[in-house]
Amino acid sequence: MRFSIVVFPGSNCDRDCAHVLESVLKQDVSFVFHKEKRLPATDCVILPGGFSYGDYLRSGAIARFSPIMEDVVRFGKSGGLVLGICNGFQIMLEASLLPGAMRINKNGRFICRDVFIKVENPDTPFTYLCRLEGKEVLKIPIAHREGNYFAPPDVLEDMKKHGQIIFRYCDRHGTVTEESNPNGSLEGIAGISNKEKNCLGMMPHPERASESLLGSEDGALLFRSLIAYLSGRRL
Amino acid sequence: MEARMPKVDVVVLPKEEVLDPQGLALLRALHSLGFMEVKECRVGKVVRLDVEGSLERVEEMAKALLANPVTEDFSIVVKGGEKG
Repeated sequence: MRFSIVVFPGSNCDRDCAHVLESVLKQDVSFVFHKEKRLPATDCVILPGGFSYGDYLRSGAIARFSPIMEDVVRFGKSGGLVLGICNGFQIMLEASLLPGAMRINKNGRFICRDVFIKVENPDTPFTYLCRLEGKEVLKIPIAHREGNYFAPPDVLEDMKKHGQIIFRYCDRHGTVTEESNPNGSLEGIAGISNKEKNCLGMMPHPERASESLLGSEDGALLFRSLIAYLSGRRL
Repeated sequence: MEARMPKVDVVVLPKEEVLDPQGLALLRALHSLGFMEVKECRVGKVVRLDVEGSLERVEEMAKALLANPVTEDFSIVVKGGEKG
């Protein structure tokens, strides 16, 4: 499958994503500089983690106006698969590809550590192997200062109705508790999708948990889901 | 309205209903210094613009980029007066 990874000034997980997709999962990867106006022919766009534009003003607020974003939004709105990781998630929120907004973590600090997330909805292209392989709790690291998700009550209700809450922070057994919520996110939300489930944003970094050498392969499950979904769609 | 308004401050603050970790931390710090009269503290940002043009245009800028309507409110302060 053909993956496009967008590179913004300040992106720093673009190479990690490319490594996992190319070396571990044997996929085709192209980097797309943010100043490009058109995406190449692609099956999935990844907005990687990092600190685009130094996180000035708000995380993702300036990157959202990069030239490439117009085509990324068009791609996402027309059903193309878009995965936003960490800063990529923040950019998707600012670009209104996903509902809600991020606030600074409840403790005001940058948090970098492994967390457990529960797969709340396995019926998406990003998560469907989680059910098939019986993994509903994933161990994946987070690394952010603005990951405290917020949405107004009516928006949250609407998201629940449409199964858009995809991941919640949980303990190692899969129980969603206040203590397992690292950043104060509304209802422990760690990842969400749009109504159509083709655009997903998540704060944890699956590309940092895709090889056993790095402590967890749970992140690779999401990329493998995407690849399997795309292969099925092509048949 | 005057056509020229060299300095405009766009004041961006977290909405009332949105948790503000920085404001809470600052409130606790003020209390620990003995400033018990402070009841609430919210931290935002000021964007100072040197701009020729209308207030409407500044409002457009605030809505398009300077504030996030989901979590933040903004007000526009022109030298010598305020316009929300």
